[in-house]
Amino acid sequence: MDFALNEEQSILQKTVRGFMEKECPKSRVRQLLEDKDGNFPELWGKMAALGLLGVVFPAEYGGGDGTFMDLVILCEEIGRNLCPSPFLSTVVLGGLLILEAGNEAQKKQILGGISAGQTIVAVALTDVDESTEMDSVNTEAVFEKGEYAIHGTKVFVPYAHIADYILCVAKTKVGHDFNAGHNIFIVESKSPGITCTELKTLSRDRQFEVVFDNVRVPKENIIGQADRGWPILEKILKKAAIVLSAEMVGGADAVLDMALKYAKQRVQFGQKIGSFQSIQHHLANLWLDVTGCRHLVYKAAWKVDHGKGFAMDSAMAKARAGKAYRRATITGHQILGAVSFTWEHDMHLYHRNSIVEDLLLGDGDFQKEIVAKELGL
Amino acid sequence: MNFDFSEEDKSFRKEVIHFAESELLPHWNEEAVCWPGGYGTMPIFDAKYKEFCDDFLGKLGSRGWLSLSWPRVYGGRGSMMKHGIVQDVLGYFMAPNGNAATLMVAPTILKFGSDKMKEEWLSRIALGKHQFWMGYSEPNAGSDVRNVYTRAVKDGDHYIVNGEKVWASGAHLSDHAWLLVRTGEKDSGHQGLSLLIVDNHSEGITIRPVKNICGIYSFDEVFFNDVRVPQENLVGEEGKGFYYIMNALQYERVILSIGGFRRVMDELINFAKTKVLYGKPLSKHTIIRNKIAEMAIEVETLYGLYWRSIWQIDKGELSEVLLSALKLFSTELGQKIAGAGMEILGLYGQLERGSKWAPLRGWLSLGYLDSVSGPIGAGTSEIQRNIIATRGLGLPLH
Repeated sequence: MDFALNEEQSILQKTVRGFMEKECPKSRVRQLLEDKDGNFPELWGKMAALGLLGVVFPAEYGGGDGTFMDLVILCEEIGRNLCPSPFLSTVVLGGLLILEAGNEAQKKQILGGISAGQTIVAVALTDVDESTEMDSVNTEAVFEKGEYAIHGTKVFVPYAHIADYILCVAKTKVGHDFNAGHNIFIVESKSPGITCTELKTLSRDRQFEVVFDNVRVPKENIIGQADRGWPILEKILKKAAIVLSAEMVGGADAVLDMALKYAKQRVQFGQKIGSFQSIQHHLANLWLDVTGCRHLVYKAAWKVDHGKGFAMDSAMAKARAGKAYRRATITGHQILGAVSFTWEHDMHLYHRNSIVEDLLLGDGDFQKEIVAKELGL
Repeated sequence: MNFDFSEEDKSFRKEVIHFAESELLPHWNEEAVCWPGGYGTMPIFDAKYKEFCDDFLGKLGSRGWLSLSWPRVYGGRGSMMKHGIVQDVLGYFMAPNGNAATLMVAPTILKFGSDKMKEEWLSRIALGKHQFWMGYSEPNAGSDVRNVYTRAVKDGDHYIVNGEKVWASGAHLSDHAWLLVRTGEKDSGHQGLSLLIVDNHSEGITIRPVKNICGIYSFDEVFFNDVRVPQENLVGEEGKGFYYIMNALQYERVILSIGGFRRVMDELINFAKTKVLYGKPLSKHTIIRNKIAEMAIEVETLYGLYWRSIWQIDKGELSEVLLSALKLFSTELGQKIAGAGMEILGLYGQLERGSKWAPLRGWLSLGYLDSVSGPIGAGTSEIQRNIIATRGLGLPLH
C-alpha cells in the first residue's frame, strides 16, 4: 500500500493550486457568479493553455494522456479554490461520455475542441418532473425520415447558453423499461427548436431549463449504439460522482483552513478562541471528516485507473463527501460567527456549493442505495 | 498510489486465515462476543478465557506473529503491515492477536529499555509468555495522567512502591505490571514520573477485580503496600516515565479489533437477509438498506485511517495525530454500529446472551454496553480531539 502522491501528481497539485490562487481569486469567483454572461473566456483559455481541460484525453485529441487520478487531483483543487465554469459538464460529463463510447469522428470533432478551450459541452440529463438525474427519462426521441426528432424539457443543464453542443439523453421508448431505450444525442446547440431559460440556483452556477421542441438530430449523432445508452451513462455518472466528491473534499478542506486561521487569530475573553475546547473539537472533527473522505475518493479513483469495479467505491465516496462538505460549512459558519453570515464573507460561497454538490449526481440517500445493492442486500 | 496489498502480504493473509480457521472454528464462533471498539469484552481480560488466550497467544508466538512489527535485529519482521494484517484477520474471528505485553510493553522496551532489559524480556514476550497490565490510571489521575501519585522511593537497590491503581484491565490475569510511578517530589509534575516493571506476585500487592457494566470482571483496583521492586526493573531513565507512556499510547492506538467491524457488518447483513418484516426480508426495506450502507461507508473510512496509519509507521513516520484520529474514529464507530445494529434487531436486540430468542448470541446487547468504554479508555474522545487540535492543527493551549 502507498498513499502518497507521486512526484508528477504533486507537481500537478501544486501547479493547479497556484494557478487557481493567481487566476481565480475570490474577487473573480464572485464576478463569475454574478456576471450575467459568465465572463470567463479569458480564464477558460488559460486553463486550456495549461492543459487542464484535456488532462484526461489522449494526446491525439490534444489532451495530456493523464490518468483519472490526475483529473481527481485537479478537481480537488477546483473545489478548494472555487472556479465557476463549465468544467464538470464539458470535461467530465461530456468529455468522458464521448471518450468512453464516441466513435472516431465524434472524438475528433469534440475532444480536441474541449482540450483547446474552444468547445463547451452541456449535458442534459434530468427531465423536468424528476428530482434526480436519470430518475426516468421522459424526453422522447422519435425516429422519422432518417433522423431523430427530440421532444421534451430538460432541467439543470449547466452552461447551456454558451454550449456548442448539448448532450441530450432521450428515449425512443418512453415509459417502458427503465434501463432500456436510452440514447445520448450530440445536439448542436444552434439547432432550431431549442429554448434555454436560466434557472437561479443557490450556487449561482449557470444551470438552465432547456426545451427541446421537435429538435432534429442525425442518427450519426448518437454516442454508442442506438437505444443502448444506459450502461454508458451509468458508468460515466459514477465516474463523475468521484470527481465531484474530490471537489467537495477540496471545498471542505478550504473551509477547514479558513476556520483554523480565524480560530488562531480571533480574540475573545482575553484569548484566541482556538484555545477553547469547543472550537478545538469542532476543528478536530472537521479535519477527521475531510481526511476520512479523501481516502474514499482516492481509492475510487485508483480503482478506475486500474480497471477494477468502482461502483461501490464511487457511491461511498459521493455519499460521505457530500455530507462531510455540508458538515464542514455548517461548522465553518459556526466558528466564524456572525461575520460569516455576511454576503461579503466567502464562507457562504462554500456553504451554497456544499448542498448543491451533495444533491448533484445523486445525494447521500441515492448513493447509499447503490452501496446497499453492491453489498448484496 | 496503491490501495492494494503486495503479493507477499496477500499470501500472508491467506496463511493467517487458514491458521485461524483451523484453530478457532467451529467452537470459538459460539464463544466469541468481543465488541470491536470496546475494552470490556476482550477475551484477554476475562478469566473465563485465560487458558484459551495463553494457549492461542503461545501458538501465535511460536510463529513469530506476536513480534511482526519489531525490528529484524530483535527477531521481528520489521513489518507493521503484517502485524496489521494479523490483527485484521484475527479480529474478524474475535480472537486475540496480542496483549499489552506484546503490543505496548515490548515496543517501549525496544525503544527505551537498556540492553539488559531487552535481553531479559523481549524473547519471552515474543513467545507469548507474559501478560502485563497497564498501571497508569489512579482514582485522581485519569485523563490527567500527570496527577499520578503512586510513589516509588529508593531504598538501597530497590524501590518501595505505595499507592493505588484503577481500571487496570486484566491485572488479575497478569504476571507483571507496567507501572507508572512518581519517583520525583510531590510537585514534580510529569517530569517526576518513571516506569517500573513489577512482578504481580510481589508481597504487598492486592488485586481487587471490578465488575464492568457487561457483567465481566475485565479490570481491577490494585493496591501497593510497601512493595519492593528491584532497581533494574526501571524502564529507561528516571523522570522519563511520562514521555515513555506517551510513546506507548501511540502503539495502543493501533490496537483495534478492526476485523471485528467487518464481522459485525457481515452478521448484521446476514440477519437482515433472513429476518422478514411485512412480507419481505429486512434487507429489502429502504430504511434498513440505508442504515447498513451508512455503516459500511464508515467501516471503509475506518480501514482507510487504519492502513494509512500502518503505512506511515512502516515508513518510520509515526503520526501522533493520525493515530489519535484512528482511536477516536474507531471507538465512536463502535458505538454507532452498536446503536444501529440494535435498531436493526428491533425488540430482540434487548435479549442478552443465553436468553431464548437472543439473536446473534446476544452479541449486540453486550456490544451496546461495551461500546460505552471505547470513547473513554486509552485516551478519551475529548482528549483525542484536543490532541488533533493542538498537536495536529496547531491550535493554542488554553
